[in-house]
Amino acid sequence: MRPFTSLTSSCVVLHAANVDTDQIIPARFLKTIERRGLGAHLFADWRLDEQGQPRPDFPLNSPDAVGAAILVAGDNFGCGSSREHAPWALLDFGFRAVISTGFADIFRNNALKTGLLPVALSTSAHATLLEQLAESPRAPVAIDLESQTATLPDGTAHAFAVDPFARHCLLNGVDELGFLLEQDAAIAAYESTHTAHVCTR
Amino acid sequence: MTPKTLVDKIWDAHLVRPETESTPAVLYVDLHLVHEVTSPQAFAELRNRGVRVRRPDLTLATMDHSTPTTPRSAGRLQVLDVQASAQLKQLETNCEEFGIELFGLDDTRQGIVHVIGPEQGLTQPGMTIVCGDSHTSTHGAFGALAFGIGTSEVGYVLATQTLLQRKPRNMELRIDGVLPRGVTAKDIILAVIAKIGIGGATGNVLEYSGSAIRSLGMEERMTICNMSIEAGARAGLIAPDETTFEYIAGRPFAPAGADWDAALARWNQLAGDEGASYDRSVHLEAASLAPMITFGTNPSMAIPIDGHVPNPSEAGSGPERVDLDKALRYMALEPGQSLLGHAVDVVFVGSCTNSRISDLREAAAVMRGRRVAAGVRMLVVPGSRNVKREAEAEGLDRIFLEAGAEWREAGCSMCIAMNGDQLAPGQSAVSTSNRNFEGRQGKGGRTFLASPLTAAATAVAGAIADVRTLS
Ligand code: SF4
Repeated sequence: MRPFTSLTSSCVVLHAANVDTDQIIPARFLKTIERRGLGAHLFADWRLDEQGQPRPDFPLNSPDAVGAAILVAGDNFGCGSSREHAPWALLDFGFRAVISTGFADIFRNNALKTGLLPVALSTSAHATLLEQLAESPRAPVAIDLESQTATLPDGTAHAFAVDPFARHCLLNGVDELGFLLEQDAAIAAYESTHTAHVCTR
Repeated sequence: MTPKTLVDKIWDAHLVRPETESTPAVLYVDLHLVHEVTSPQAFAELRNRGVRVRRPDLTLATMDHSTPTTPRSAGRLQVLDVQASAQLKQLETNCEEFGIELFGLDDTRQGIVHVIGPEQGLTQPGMTIVCGDSHTSTHGAFGALAFGIGTSEVGYVLATQTLLQRKPRNMELRIDGVLPRGVTAKDIILAVIAKIGIGGATGNVLEYSGSAIRSLGMEERMTICNMSIEAGARAGLIAPDETTFEYIAGRPFAPAGADWDAALARWNQLAGDEGASYDRSVHLEAASLAPMITFGTNPSMAIPIDGHVPNPSEAGSGPERVDLDKALRYMALEPGQSLLGHAVDVVFVGSCTNSRISDLREAAAVMRGRRVAAGVRMLVVPGSRNVKREAEAEGLDRIFLEAGAEWREAGCSMCIAMNGDQLAPGQSAVSTSNRNFEGRQGKGGRTFLASPLTAAATAVAGAIADVRTLS
């Protein structure tokens, strides 16, 4: 996993709450067996028209969106399907962080495991950010994972919560599998005292 | 000793390592279900790292999402889509290489992952069950802690049979009383989601209790737990009881003989202790419920079938209003309108929410002696090949076919529109599935979620209909 330490970037604002993972990446693109290349289909039905051409009125197609590595969206971002293809598509498109007021559980988990940082701000900080970006759309936001703060264009810093273990993994660019594999002895001990409930074979 | 909830008991029994401030708990997984769409990248990761599958004997794979449901010719299912075909082949290769049992397309037990687990008796009370699929919450109907995970976590479970987890909060949803006529499990869960909201249970396990829940059969309980994720819940849960045990007894993977007695003794200890407390409790009266239908583009946007589409101007000025406005535009609906009589193009009976034998029986009871209205396409898609055979043995297929409906092979079908079954842009469907997100059933398609009874009544009327007043 690519480490995440800090990021300073302009943002794209998606004025929608409850953005579900079927919008982030429609199911017809899940027939792939690869992780790569999904950025081409990010928000496919919102971003592209019938001919596959960019819809000019969609925020990701705005000239202001060029180079933005932060997506700002409404509450409960990433609800619905557990597809990890959603954070893969966001990363592949060039995003490194999503700012919202809240995330669906599975999406948050998936994002943290792939190196996409979900940043949940307070409702008031989120509203302030939207106001500032409405005024200056290219204004940068700085996200620092070490100190768990997001610094808005006006210079105010706002704290956000991240599970300490996920933070450790992101800062060091390691995934949880290494840690779990190291638990081999504890897992074996558990297995020796707990008989399996089923056998699928 | 502090009284424990059902979640507390399952949680404590699966701790390989308890959680600390800095590290989540290492939680043991009793059963890992795998399907073709969310697993290939996980197996690839295992291969990259030279790791084997720790417990293939606790893992089961099936094919459901990208499989076609067009009737078999000479007993064989034709997969014409090149990408889907490659994905299915990849699952075969992975299962072969890592020694995992696979219910492939030629296996008589193949079906939707959340239908076959319970059907085979693999889903049992007190277990932890995961799958790379959000509707894993379905298995909670048996008093198992079951939740959806992403592909990275699929890899972790394959490799270690464990997951890093923080303990979820516990929310009680109590429903007491007797359900009115025409009101089904699907209507209960749509009413619950409408009440608590699309993110209303985020971070929580939703445990259903109360006399109305106790009176439900297992398949109805599965329908309710299945859609818990649509309120953002980590899992749905119902404490096991005689109904649960009776359903499991005698199934292929269920314990038998002395093992059965031991299992029963264990299962009887699972229900929450007297006085155990929940982080939050919500109460509904069954008598106040009506058949429900969604009008919008997420499952919380639901109304009683004889109700009226809400007016965005009455939804304040915040994001709810924006959401509602957008939803009505997408669905081509007017504020304040009734949905009864709203024409539809397609009726879909199927999905892990409503494709079990009791669902098909309900739909068939409405269709018997009636016909699908002209211009309407009705698809009936059993959740598994076992359900299909059982339905055929009862003659349900004849009822659907004689009514002019299509009788399909088992799979996810039009729930997800990645297998050839889908709506055309602008088409409307009443669907027994679980998601009405934009484009979920096909790009530009419009979905109205409802029960099998409402779906069948709608197919007959050619427009959204109230089964209670069907002529
Ligand atoms: S039926 Fe639909 S919701 Fe259920 S597993 Fe299949 S695609 Fe997912």
